[in-house]
Amino acid sequence: MHNLSHHLKDAPVSAWIGILIVIFYAVLALGAPFFAPFAESASVGKQYMPWASPHYLGTDALGRDVLSRLIYGARNTVGIALVTTALAFTLGATFGLLAATIGGWFDAISSRVVDVLMAIPPLIFALLILTITGTSVIALILVIAILDSTRVFRLSRAVAQGILTMDYIEVARMRGEGMFWLIRKEVLPNAAAPLIAEFGLRFCFVFLFISALSFLGLGIQPPTADWGGMVRESAKLISFANFATFQTATFGLAPLLPAGAIALLTIGVNLVVDWVLHMSSGLKE
Amino acid sequence: MTDLLLEMKDIRIEGRSDRQWKPIIKGVNLTLNRGEILGLIGESGAGKSTLGLAAMGYTKGGCRISGGSIHFDGQDLVGASNEALRQLRGARIAYVAQSAAAAFNPAYRLIDQYCEAPVKHGVMSRADAQSDAVELYRKIRLPNPEDIGFRYPHQVSGGQLQRAMTAMAMACRPDLIIFDEPTTALDVTTQIEVLAAIRDIVREYNTAAIYITHDLAVVAQMADKIKVLLRGEEVEEAPARDMLANPQQDYTKSLWAVRDFRRAPPAARHVDEGPLLEIRDMTAGYGAVDILKGINLTITRGSTVAVVGESGSGKSTMARVVMGLLPPSSGSLHYNGAALPKSGKQRPRDLQRHIQMIHQMADTALNPKHRIKDIIGRPLEFFLGLKGRAKDVRIRELLTLIELDPDEFINRMPSELSGGQKQRVCIARALAAEPDFIICDEVTSALDQLVAEGILRLLDRLQREMDLTYMFITHDIATVRSIADEVVVMQNGVIVEQGAKETIFSPPHAPYTELLLSSVPEMDPDWLAGLLKERGAMVTSEEQL
Repeated sequence: MHNLSHHLKDAPVSAWIGILIVIFYAVLALGAPFFAPFAESASVGKQYMPWASPHYLGTDALGRDVLSRLIYGARNTVGIALVTTALAFTLGATFGLLAATIGGWFDAISSRVVDVLMAIPPLIFALLILTITGTSVIALILVIAILDSTRVFRLSRAVAQGILTMDYIEVARMRGEGMFWLIRKEVLPNAAAPLIAEFGLRFCFVFLFISALSFLGLGIQPPTADWGGMVRESAKLISFANFATFQTATFGLAPLLPAGAIALLTIGVNLVVDWVLHMSSGLKE
Repeated sequence: MTDLLLEMKDIRIEGRSDRQWKPIIKGVNLTLNRGEILGLIGESGAGKSTLGLAAMGYTKGGCRISGGSIHFDGQDLVGASNEALRQLRGARIAYVAQSAAAAFNPAYRLIDQYCEAPVKHGVMSRADAQSDAVELYRKIRLPNPEDIGFRYPHQVSGGQLQRAMTAMAMACRPDLIIFDEPTTALDVTTQIEVLAAIRDIVREYNTAAIYITHDLAVVAQMADKIKVLLRGEEVEEAPARDMLANPQQDYTKSLWAVRDFRRAPPAARHVDEGPLLEIRDMTAGYGAVDILKGINLTITRGSTVAVVGESGSGKSTMARVVMGLLPPSSGSLHYNGAALPKSGKQRPRDLQRHIQMIHQMADTALNPKHRIKDIIGRPLEFFLGLKGRAKDVRIRELLTLIELDPDEFINRMPSELSGGQKQRVCIARALAAEPDFIICDEVTSALDQLVAEGILRLLDRLQREMDLTYMFITHDIATVRSIADEVVVMQNGVIVEQGAKETIFSPPHAPYTELLLSSVPEMDPDWLAGLLKERGAMVTSEEQL
């Protein structure tokens, strides 16, 4: 803990901006019912109302409050992305570390399975599976987690292989330590920094992937608010934008709001990840 | 004054750590004339490399030159633009790094890397540079000078690489070369040739050099004058011969005295005690290649057996076999009269506990994410089942035993220790298992001489107090002289000679032992010249060894 506050004090401005953005989203997502002025999927006004009180960001095609849906969207999109990334890491890191430590046949088989999974373009693969299984949230999480765990597998295996050549591993092996102890106590603490950095990046990709699937209609299903879906629903509005007055011009902004929310979080997470990577690389400049 | 080449006045260099600038070099003056060789010595952390790099106007990442002036041939380097410095570096000032294997780009052939600097600096065309390379390769006595440049770095040996790097540094015929421990990573037998080659070529082109090393005997061969550094400050500087014959400062004297450590002979033992470890007809290797062939070795309780030989001779492989990490393909091991299972996994925990090993690089032998108490505590828990308070008490006892203050060190991370302290922690970890037999694999070769001597004295004391038996793997003959009872000389996986230290070290020697012994640098500045004259034509033929 002392170490963390020590690092935070040293953090560059960019990292601080990233941390603030991430905290902002986290607070919004956690307290969505508290912050959102209206319910997530209730029609509360006329269709396509311009930006004016009480609908500060207008309403959508069904008369739902856009601001409320954006806030709930943070909860849904980010929440699902987080669960998916965590699952992908549990899967990928477990198998990656095991493959590196056990080696031999286990490594050979799991690596080839991962190769096969990676050979299929992920979007096509996800579309295929989701068409077969139907688009439930559980199926969405599982499919994306398995696809993403292949990347995590590769990284954790490579990192662990580097660590396993160190003398302290040999010392532990000479002592006769079991494999579980080796992985948990000797390898994992040293692999943590690159894995945490990868977690941030993976999270962005998962979250963009979910948005992309939602945009294609196979992601999070309506009426649940979701940024990718919101972009799709309001995409055509952009052609109705009329820049004569501010009120009519806001139609052009409608699809940009959820897209901007996606972009801003991606940037924020990446700023934090950059900083973590920099720390773990040990560079001083 | 006309031949003054480099003048550094009151140089101060700071490095950034823990959010503040800390001084590394605290006001050092240095002057160097054309054609003069300055030996820069001191323990690690003394600022030798930092000062050497500053002579090129360069500092490592996270460092800055905070004061003083550097004039190279009249040109100020401190305020110089990057472009001006780039014109100088490689062309007029060159640098030879400690590890040539790491400094060469593995993706390019040697000659391509040779040609890069002269072509970039417009000194010569590519074709001229190539023929020049062959010429220099010949001068520096590389075998097959016409062809060797067309090999990739991994295709030539370490000693040859280091010579190729020296040739590369000479490519633009610079006025100054900085040698940063160029022979530290080499075996004694290879070191000789690199030293001789460097000295001859530097003399021939009247190049000035700064020669950085922590090996006094090496600096005695190379330098015209010697400067001793300690924690960023100059201790003293004098012409090499004066300094060697008559050091003025206490610190310098202590450096000079290091090699005199001799352990007291072990107490007489009962004759009827059987051997502690016996290796019979053991052959082992990786895959189909046998690294060790027909090894027979007997180690008696309470003795120190030194295993010497150059790298690749199979010393460390033998340690791995004894530890059970590499099951031998044939032959047997006996410990305390009973057969020792070949694989460590088959050995009962209580047997494995008795055999411990200390690694060469304490840096990589300690998990950087574990605290000292966890590192020492784990074997206590694992082998002896100690927990809670009993474990804590024992950790403190062990820290006291290795002469580290428990209150200060128990909660530290390995990164907060010096090299010598790390090696002490490794020793404590080995002792925690309460072993009888410890394999020390080059435990002092990564350390400075003063620190290394401290470790040797500690090991000697522990041996007497705890009745330990050591197998001491080393390539340093001085270490063997100070601590061994018996010596085993290895070459290419075979034991060429073994016996009591006095027998091995007094003539007549086996031919390989003779070569090994005569290659150890001595403090006499005329030693290298004398030895080379003696060996004569042998030097060139040694390459095939």
